[in-house]
Amino acid sequence: MITVIIIGLGVIMLAAAFAAIYFKSLLASIISAGVISLLASVIYLILGSPDVAMTEASIGSGLTTVIFLFALHRVRKGKSDD
Amino acid sequence: MIKNIAVLLAVAGLLVIFLPVISGFQERENLNELAADYVSGSVNELGTPNVVTSVIVTYRGLDTLGEVTVLFLATVGVGLLLKGRNEDMLLISSSELLETTSSALVAMIMILGIYIFTHGHLTPGGGFQGGVVIASGFLLLMLSSVNTKISHSIMNFVESFSGVAYVGIGVAGIVLTIGFLNPGLLPLGQFGDLFSAGAIPVIYSLIGLKVGSELTSILVTMRGE
Repeated sequence: MITVIIIGLGVIMLAAAFAAIYFKSLLASIISAGVISLLASVIYLILGSPDVAMTEASIGSGLTTVIFLFALHRVRKGKSDD
Repeated sequence: MIKNIAVLLAVAGLLVIFLPVISGFQERENLNELAADYVSGSVNELGTPNVVTSVIVTYRGLDTLGEVTVLFLATVGVGLLLKGRNEDMLLISSSELLETTSSALVAMIMILGIYIFTHGHLTPGGGFQGGVVIASGFLLLMLSSVNTKISHSIMNFVESFSGVAYVGIGVAGIVLTIGFLNPGLLPLGQFGDLFSAGAIPVIYSLIGLKVGSELTSILVTMRGE
C-alpha cells in the first residue's frame, strides 16, 4: 500500500517536472517546481524522516518559490524599462 | 534536433550509471557500525532523543558550521548584487482581509519557529527549519502590508551576534572540554527535558536565529528595500 502511494507521488512529481519545463508561462513553471518539493517532502515523511521533510517543505516549496517569484518580478521590471 | 539527441544521450547515460545502483539495492536489516554507534551515543553520551540533531550539531558539527557559512556567503552575495536598486521596489497592494489575518497569524508563526529550534533536540526539526519558519513569518508581514519596514541593522546584529556566539561556544569546547563544538560545556540534565543535552539546544537556537535573520535579509533585499 505504502509503495503504491510512493510510486503515485513519484509519477505526479515527474509530471510536475515536465510541466515546469514545458509550460509557456514562467509563473506556472515556478509553481509546478514548488509542487515537486512539496510532494518530495510528503515522500520523506512517509519514509520516516520528518526532519528532512520539514526542511524540504519549508525551504523547497516555500522559500525557494517566493524567491523565484521575487526574481521573476525583478526581471520583468527590468525588461519593461528598455 | 541535435539538442534533443543530446538530451536523450544524457538521460541514457544517467540510466546506465544508476541502473546498477537500483538493481543491486537491498534494504538493510540492521544499522552499520558507525550508525549504531551514533544511535547509542546520542542517547547515552549526549542525552539527545532526536538522533538527527545530535549528528548535525555534535558529530558533524564542523560540517554544520560550513553550511551556515555557505548560507552567510549567499546572503552577502545577494546583498552585494542587489545593493542600491531601490527604484524597483515590489509594491503589492494587499487586501484588508490579508492584512488583518496576518497580524493575528504572524505572532503564532514566530512562536512556532522558536518552538521548533528550541526543541530541536527533542522533536523533529531544529535550527534550519525553525529559522525558515521565522523568515516565512516576516515574509507574511512583508506581503500583507506595503508599509512594513524591517530594519537591516537589527537583522545584521542578530546574525553577527549568533554567528560569533556559535563559534565562541565551539572554541570554548576546545578549552573546557575535549574538542571543538563539544556540547559538554553544560550539564546533561534530565533526559527528555527542555534544558538538557548540554549545549545542544543553545547551539541550535543560535543557528535558528542566524538562519532566520539571514533568510529574512535575503527576502528584504529581494523585495527591494
